[in-house]
Amino acid sequence: MTVSVTALNRYIKTMLENDNRLSAIAVSGELSNFKCHTSGHCYMTLKDEKSAIRAVMFKSSADRLRFRPENGMKVIVTGRVSVYERDGQYQLYISAMQPDGVGALFAAFEQLKEQLTKEGVFDSEKKKAIPKFPDTIGVITSPTGAAVRDIVNVITRRYPIAEVVIYPVLVQGDGAAQQIAEAIDFFDVENAADVLIIGRGGGSIEELWAFNEEAVARAIYRCSIPIISAVGHETDFTISDFAADLRAPTPSAAAELAVPSREELIEQLRQNYRRAYFSVSKTIKNNKEILSRFSIKNPLDTINQHRILTDNTVRHMNNAVLTNFETKSKQLAVAAAALSALSPLKVLERGYGVAQKQQKVIRSVTQVSLGDEISLTLSDGKILCGVTDKKEERHG
Amino acid sequence: MAETTFEKSIKELDEIVKKLELGELSLDEMLALFERGISLSKTCNKLLNEAEKKVNILIKKDDGVQKQQFSSSEGEL
Repeated sequence: MTVSVTALNRYIKTMLENDNRLSAIAVSGELSNFKCHTSGHCYMTLKDEKSAIRAVMFKSSADRLRFRPENGMKVIVTGRVSVYERDGQYQLYISAMQPDGVGALFAAFEQLKEQLTKEGVFDSEKKKAIPKFPDTIGVITSPTGAAVRDIVNVITRRYPIAEVVIYPVLVQGDGAAQQIAEAIDFFDVENAADVLIIGRGGGSIEELWAFNEEAVARAIYRCSIPIISAVGHETDFTISDFAADLRAPTPSAAAELAVPSREELIEQLRQNYRRAYFSVSKTIKNNKEILSRFSIKNPLDTINQHRILTDNTVRHMNNAVLTNFETKSKQLAVAAAALSALSPLKVLERGYGVAQKQQKVIRSVTQVSLGDEISLTLSDGKILCGVTDKKEERHG
Repeated sequence: MAETTFEKSIKELDEIVKKLELGELSLDEMLALFERGISLSKTCNKLLNEAEKKVNILIKKDDGVQKQQFSSSEGEL
């Protein structure tokens, strides 16, 4: 019996496809000759130390790849074995592929991270500064999670004078990454915020996955508004954390990084006022001290001092004069008393008289001659007398 | 985004305080700076005491995106 090549290949194909063990099989091996055609179909050889098998992954499956297959990579593929009739080539039709050993997601993460690092998406020089005093804060997250509540609470408590604009997005599942990227682009194009917070609360690596997608990383990178990324908990790191201008460990922390505290600012203002006031009053005080030390003498002071000196001198002088005067007065009184005792009138009152010749007091009989005219003064008048006799007598 | 009035004012105020604390100014300069500082701190205080702003959520409509007031309690539903 003779059969055609086509019939043989078809027969073999049917044989293989009817084998249940071959219709859904997981195979581990190393990739080689990996090629993706423009059609989107990918062709490769899967091999181990001793053997190799051709494999194909059609576009519909390849589009779901979460990593970029590379030659030499150890992978686990699932699919079925069938025959490509034209070449009589049996091969593996792959429906899913994941890196072997480490988890598929982790590998994909590392790969994307490496690629974006190479492209400079994470470069620290390209990070934009977070504005200190934003007027509007854009928040890209789920409108129903704890994250949005935490962010709104922190911002309205710390800095209620800023506006918060929430752009609601899916943060996990199909389409999440796309929505997040669109939201970032929206704020960027509309220039609708001064700073953006993107993020979500904690979850499994699969739940956080949207923030590890290339679309999100690239949207962050091209956005001209500074972005704070806060995905999951402190220990979760995502691609968007690396791409963002600032990573916050949690959504609440992101809100704290986005706005200053009004209370702290008011306190800072108060302190600045106090410091300014203190330094100004200190300078004034110092200047006053310096001024008093160098004290240019007030001319009035000198005059006053002289005046005081003069006054003192005058007072001393007055005192001296007064003292002197008193002494003299006493002397005068004594003298006056003595004088009064010697007053000739008193003598005359007692009955004595003063004899005078030609206005001269006669003290001796020898001053007169017989026949002279002399006057005799008494207490109440004068008598003119003629000398009729004279006799010398000696007393004592 | 350009610096806000607030950011500028608070920066200038900081610089004024530093200059005053150095104390290398003439009395006239010092008093002029002090006066400027007081006026800046008044401006800043005023800005900080502005009315509280709203929290809005963007709602996609056929004719674009609209802002609507957001209440976090609704978010819990």
